[in-house]
Order: sequence, then C-alpha cells, then structure tokens
Amino acid sequence: MKELKILGVVVVFTLILYWGVEPFAHSQMHKHVEGHDFKYPDLPALKVKGNAENGKALVAACVGCHSIKSQGMAAPMDAVTSAQTYGVNPPDLSNMGALLDEKFFAHFLLDPAKVTKSKHFAMPPSAGSEQDAADIVAYFKSIAPKEISPKEAYETACGRCHANRYDHWTQIGEVPKTKSNIKTGVDLDALAFKKKVGIYENKLADYMGKLPPDLSIIIRARSEQFLETFVEDPQSQLPGTAMPRVGLTKEGYEKVKDYLEKTGDPSKPKREELGPWVIGYFILFAFLAFLWKKSIWKGHH
Amino acid sequence: MAHFDENARPFSHKWLNERLAVDTLKRVLSTEYWIPKNINFLWAMGMVLAATFGLLLISGIFLLMYYQPNTQLAFDSVNYTIMSEVGYGWLWRHIHGVGASVVFLIIYIHMFTGIYYGSYKRGRELIWLSGMLLFVLFSAEAFSGYMLPWGQMSYWAGMVITNLFSMGGLHLNGLVEWIRGDYVPGQAFLNRFFMLHVLLVPLAIIGVIVLHFGTLRIPHVNNQDGEEIDFEEAAELYKAGKVKESKVIPFNPVFLSKDVFVMGVYFVIFFYLVFYHFEFAMDPVNFDPADPLKTPTHIYPEWYFLWSYEVLRPFSTNIGLIAFAFAQVIFFLLPFLDRSPNVAPASRRGLFKYWFWALLIDMIILTFMGKLPPEGIWSTIGLVAALTFFGLWIALPIITSKEKKL
Repeated sequence: MKELKILGVVVVFTLILYWGVEPFAHSQMHKHVEGHDFKYPDLPALKVKGNAENGKALVAACVGCHSIKSQGMAAPMDAVTSAQTYGVNPPDLSNMGALLDEKFFAHFLLDPAKVTKSKHFAMPPSAGSEQDAADIVAYFKSIAPKEISPKEAYETACGRCHANRYDHWTQIGEVPKTKSNIKTGVDLDALAFKKKVGIYENKLADYMGKLPPDLSIIIRARSEQFLETFVEDPQSQLPGTAMPRVGLTKEGYEKVKDYLEKTGDPSKPKREELGPWVIGYFILFAFLAFLWKKSIWKGHH
Repeated sequence: MAHFDENARPFSHKWLNERLAVDTLKRVLSTEYWIPKNINFLWAMGMVLAATFGLLLISGIFLLMYYQPNTQLAFDSVNYTIMSEVGYGWLWRHIHGVGASVVFLIIYIHMFTGIYYGSYKRGRELIWLSGMLLFVLFSAEAFSGYMLPWGQMSYWAGMVITNLFSMGGLHLNGLVEWIRGDYVPGQAFLNRFFMLHVLLVPLAIIGVIVLHFGTLRIPHVNNQDGEEIDFEEAAELYKAGKVKESKVIPFNPVFLSKDVFVMGVYFVIFFYLVFYHFEFAMDPVNFDPADPLKTPTHIYPEWYFLWSYEVLRPFSTNIGLIAFAFAQVIFFLLPFLDRSPNVAPASRRGLFKYWFWALLIDMIILTFMGKLPPEGIWSTIGLVAALTFFGLWIALPIITSKEKKL
C-alpha cells in the first residue's frame, strides 16, 4: 500500500512536469488561430449557377498560360521559361475542379490578388462577371477526375513552389533517372536538370521574396493545427507572408496532408502495426517477472 | 604463487576458478551482495537506469551505422535515410530519442530518492559524488547528441550554449571560437560534438558507472528508514535460513527479481512512449534544417536542462553566468551542506522535510518558466523561483545544523 502511495506521488509530479513543459508551454508560445474548416467565410456566396458548356468556351483564354493535360491541352511554355516569364510556373488545371472550393475558385477568377491575399499574384483577373466565373468553375468541375491521389493534390496545390526532396520532387517535376558516364562518373543529364531547377528556383525566389521551403518533413516540424490553419489562410499564422491562399477544400487539404505524412512520417503505419506486439510482449514479461518475484520472495516477509 | 591444477579441463569450473576466482566474484557481487529488505520500488531505479543506458547504447550503435557527421548530409541522413530507407531505422531512432529524455526523468527520480532518504550521508558520500558526475556526463552526452541531427534547434542551442564560454564580461571570444573550431557552429563543430557523443563521453560514462557501483559496495544501499544495519550479522541470519527474521536479502536472485519486475512495468510505459507518444522527446523545431540566417522565435533547451537555464536567464549576463555556475556545482556539495547527523527519510527530519518539497517544487517551477517566453509575469515568477533556489541552498546548512538528533 505504501509503495502505491509513493508511486502515486511520482506519477503526479511527472504528469505535472509533462503538462508544464509540453501542452501548457506550447499553448503560451504559439498564438491560437481559429480555423474555418476550409469554408472561406470572408467570401460571399455565389448568386448564380454555373454552366459547364458555357464555361468550356471561356476556358480557351486559360490555355494561353495553363495546360489542361487531361483534355490534351499542353502547356504553351516549359516550366523554366514560364518562371522566367511570370516568376512561377502556372499550374496544370486538370484537377482544379476537384481540389478547390467552388466559391473560392469563382472569386479567385474575378480578383486573384485579393482572394489569395498575396501582394503580387502573377495571374490577372480572368472572368468578366460572376456568371462567367461560375461557368468556368462548372466546366472544371465537369472534367475533374473522381479520384485524385495525394501526390497529384500536392503537385497541383503546392508542388510548383515547394520541392519535396524525400519524394524526389522538384518545383519543375520529378527528378529524372539519369546515367553517369562510367569512365568519368560525370552525369551530364543530371547536371543539366539541376541547372534547370536552379534557374527556376532563382526566379521563384525573386518572385516570392525568398525560396519557399522544401516540405519533405514539414509534417513533423509544424503542429497539425498550424498546418491546417496556415494552408487555409497563410496570413492568419504568418502576417505578410508571400504564400497565397490556395483555396483547397477540406478533402483537398486532407489529400495534401496524406502526401506530407507519407514523405515526412513514413513509419506511421509500421509503428501502428508493431506497437501492440512490443507492448504486449512487455506486459507478458512484467507478468512473468511478477510471478517470479512472488515465488522468490516467499517467506521473506 | 597461485596453484594451478594441471589436470583441470580447460574452461571447467575448477580451471576458471583458479584463473578468475569465479566463485568469489559471484559471491561478492551477486549471491552474497546484501541489500536491505526494507526498500521500495524506488530502489530499482538504478537498474532501470542501467537498462535505459543499455537501450541508448544499442540503438545508438545502429544509428551510428547510417548517420553522416557532415553539415550537408546530417539532417537527411537522420530524417530520410534512417527514417525511411533503413529497416526499423525509425524504431532505433525513436528509442534513442525517447530514451534520451526518459533517462533524465529516471535520473531525477533517482536523485530525489537519494535526497529524500538521506542516502548521501554517513559513508555514502562517494555514491552521491560519483552519481553527480554521471549526471554531468549524461548532460554532456545529451547536449552533444542533440547537435547531431543538425536541425534548427541543434544549431541555435549549439550557438547559445557555446556562447556561455565567452564568460560574459570577460569576452573570451577566443575560447568560444576554440571550442567551435570556427566563428560559428559549422563542420568542425559538428565533427567534434559527434566524436564527444559517440566516443569520449560514453567511454567516461561507462567508467563512472563502474565507479558508481564500486562506491556502493562497501557502505551498502540505504533503506527506507535510514536504519544502520549490521550487514554481517544479518547475512549470517539469512544464510542460516532465517530469511524472514533477517533484515537483508541477497542481490541475486531476491533483489533482482523485484528489479526485473519493475523494469518490466517500466518497459511497457517506455515502449508506449516510443510507439505512440514520442513527440514530447523530439522537438518540432529541430525538424527544420539548420539555417544560420534564421533564428527561431523561441530557443529553449530540452526539458531536463530548463531549470538550470532559468536560473541563468532572469539575471544580467555576468550575474546570470555566476548563478548558472552555482546551479551546476551546488548539488555536488549536498553531503557537506547537510550538517545533520540523521540518516532518515525527510518526513522525519523537521525543517528538512519542508526544504525537500520546496526544492522539488521550486525546480519544477523553474522548469516551466525556462520554456516559456521570458515576458511579463513569467519572467517575474522565474526570477522569484531562481532567488528561492539560492535561498534554499543557503538555508540548508543552517536548518540542518539545528536539526535534533533522532
């Protein structure tokens, strides 16, 4: 009984200690930002309904800068040339209808700089009226694939500014498989690709003010709450940041998070698989040790 | 000249006995190493520490096979190679990270157990001193290890801590550069801390662990009442079969069986943390790669250094450094500052009882404040707690010399 009392004292002090240096300290160190579940309440609801047929005609203007690969429309320029022209490579639009919030998307087309809350957004206003905007959104929704992989979500939403070296992703695409010269060890193709990435990154850094960070392991460097509210509205966590609000839906964000978890915390499924076995083993170990102790101590008290 | 039986078969019991005295060793170190019976589970913390050190050593050996002590490669060798390319690399790393944090929790429990029961007195001074030496070595081991992933906190904690060696107003910048091998933490810095972490400090730790065990053998382990036991008499009683009447038990197997049970329970909790709750031991800030151009908003050490960090922080540079130096050595002096002749649990020692709990609570408050940003009320509480810390140590010889002999 006395031992349980002592154990209680040790446990209580340990828990107080933990509370103070972890949950309490972190609650004081980081400002609390309330999320809005990716509903974008600052943007008014759309008053009109979009028509995909009409939208299809309007989209002809988009492909002057963007590709829509799923519809066989290629990009007018490669990524590096695009960055040299605009500062950043405009995204492929195939998956936009599946990832972006409808309301956000329509307001974005009307006034990109305002809606993204980004001081210098390269894209000009691209819809003449709310009806046009709604039509374009309807078109993109009509061509959106039913299922989007986490990686595709990342590429579309983040991948042109943020590399992910743990998944061999650069802002201009996958690192290609190349071969080095067997006599010299020199891999000219890899060097050429590196140079292209370098040119792109320099332009991107000029455009954004600094090079956006590689996101390989961001899932462990920031709290879940931070990432979610930051992606929903970057200004809420980092006022003045150049990062635009990208307008993902909740599902779209979950996909991006899945991808970040896969590159930054790949052991999660393995932990969950192995954990119960190891803990179970030690429970059994402790139980057997208890029986051994009891038999050894017999007659000692 | 010792006698060697020429007919003894190699490696037979007799053969080993003549060369290694295995029977004597076993008796002295194990079956007739007497431990008081009147103890509780806190007496198992030594073995728990040894086991945790073992886990750290083994997991460290595996991590060492893939870690790259290079400022360009270190971060990814830890966070990518070990975490996703090496089979079970993540497990070794999480054991190592959680172990490094938990080992300090157990060290603190072990220390405060010693303080509570007066286990640093009357022949046990060297146990305390060698234990404190281990504390310092473990601190050096933890700090040097924290540099290795070369994340933001590695870099900036390295910067802040090595800066302490400029000794404030003495401006010994040359000394700081000598320690770093550069003007700022860089390749030379990483290499030497890598060497310290994987060779010199562990070697010293192993040596001092042996010393710590050695200092324990003659004065024997203390007991729950601080009772002075005649170990020889009690041992005779035990050997005569009167195990119930005897006040002692042999280390092996009686004491050990309880230790192993406590270790079993401990490992359940330990591996729960490793698999499901390791974040407390792995600060998110250190998952950003070291960036000399970007100072993190909050720089703080791991939790186990927070109290001594907070002793330093509320004061001006010079006074703070003196305070810090005081906090680092004062625990060494405990056996000499406690002037009371009593070896007894704190609960029976008058004012010392309050002193014990005040010290514990004060250090927990210092720990909390050490992590919080030093602003407003937090820095005031920090200052008061730091002053209380000094007040307590100044009061110790006074209150203990007035203590009545039990």
